[in-house]
Amino acid sequence: MTGDPRPGPAGPPERYDDAAGPLVRLYAMTRGRARPATAERFDLMTAVHPVPTYRDDPPLPPEQRALLTRCRHAPAPVADLASDTGLPLGVVRVLLGDLLTAGLIRVTAPATTRPGPHRPSPAVLQEVIHGLRAL
Amino acid sequence: MASAHSDELTALKILVAGGFGVGKTTLVGSVSEIRPLRTEERLTAASVPHDDLTGVTAKRTTTVAMDFGRITLHDRLALYLFGTPGQDRFWFLWDELATGALGAVVLADTRRLADCFAAVDYFEHRAIPFVVAVNCFDGVRDHTAPQVARALDLDPRVPVVLCDARERASGKDVLLTLVEHVAARAA
Repeated sequence: MTGDPRPGPAGPPERYDDAAGPLVRLYAMTRGRARPATAERFDLMTAVHPVPTYRDDPPLPPEQRALLTRCRHAPAPVADLASDTGLPLGVVRVLLGDLLTAGLIRVTAPATTRPGPHRPSPAVLQEVIHGLRAL
Repeated sequence: MASAHSDELTALKILVAGGFGVGKTTLVGSVSEIRPLRTEERLTAASVPHDDLTGVTAKRTTTVAMDFGRITLHDRLALYLFGTPGQDRFWFLWDELATGALGAVVLADTRRLADCFAAVDYFEHRAIPFVVAVNCFDGVRDHTAPQVARALDLDPRVPVVLCDARERASGKDVLLTLVEHVAARAA
């Protein structure tokens, strides 16, 4: 054991120990749930927008607050929220499901969630090509 | 289809696949701001023999870390790169990653070309556009792109490029080749 098992602000250094695994049992945060209670499945590229009327009253658990803070200024895909908070995807999906149920976020699905490839419009592809060339 | 100029976010997903140790992490890191993305997965009976569970017999889930990188093109348009987990036991993660993907880069090492067969098959069967990028370690270019294309029995339209995954410009060219290939297929 090299880590400190106290729950801290969301972030990988305090949450993981290479040998022992998660120091806070991750699914304690979700009260044991492995999947969101909503019909929404939260694709990796689903954009999450906070609802502007949100005030932290009653106070939210720190993980939910971290998720809301991360997308406060611009919509963020689920993958970004998981990576930036250091929480595993499964946990993030459950917590986002709670936020959606509570009316604190809205989501926009990616252009397609069908299996297989997604081809955006030629205009978007040209924007990507120009953007990459300009990097 | 909304233009990327609308107020919604256009987030496009590109997969980076290939055998273990071929340079996927290096490529994602050279062209984007790379960060880990963790997913906690239930260990299946099939995967247990691969993990050393001595002393942690109560452990029923395992943390899979994927390489994940973002390239912000403008404030409402971003590319997201996902390095697919190399081990076979994580194939189930590929299906989620492949859903709605723009396309894929299959990284190949000519010394171990067979390591990328599985990725090539996967994208061919799902009609996901892909390019093969031959990572030339230490600048050694001992095979030509047509030789690799023949060895992999690729559809002649699939681009094969030589690259140096450590070089940002080279990685950027690989992504450009992919997006141009996607655009050509759509035309």
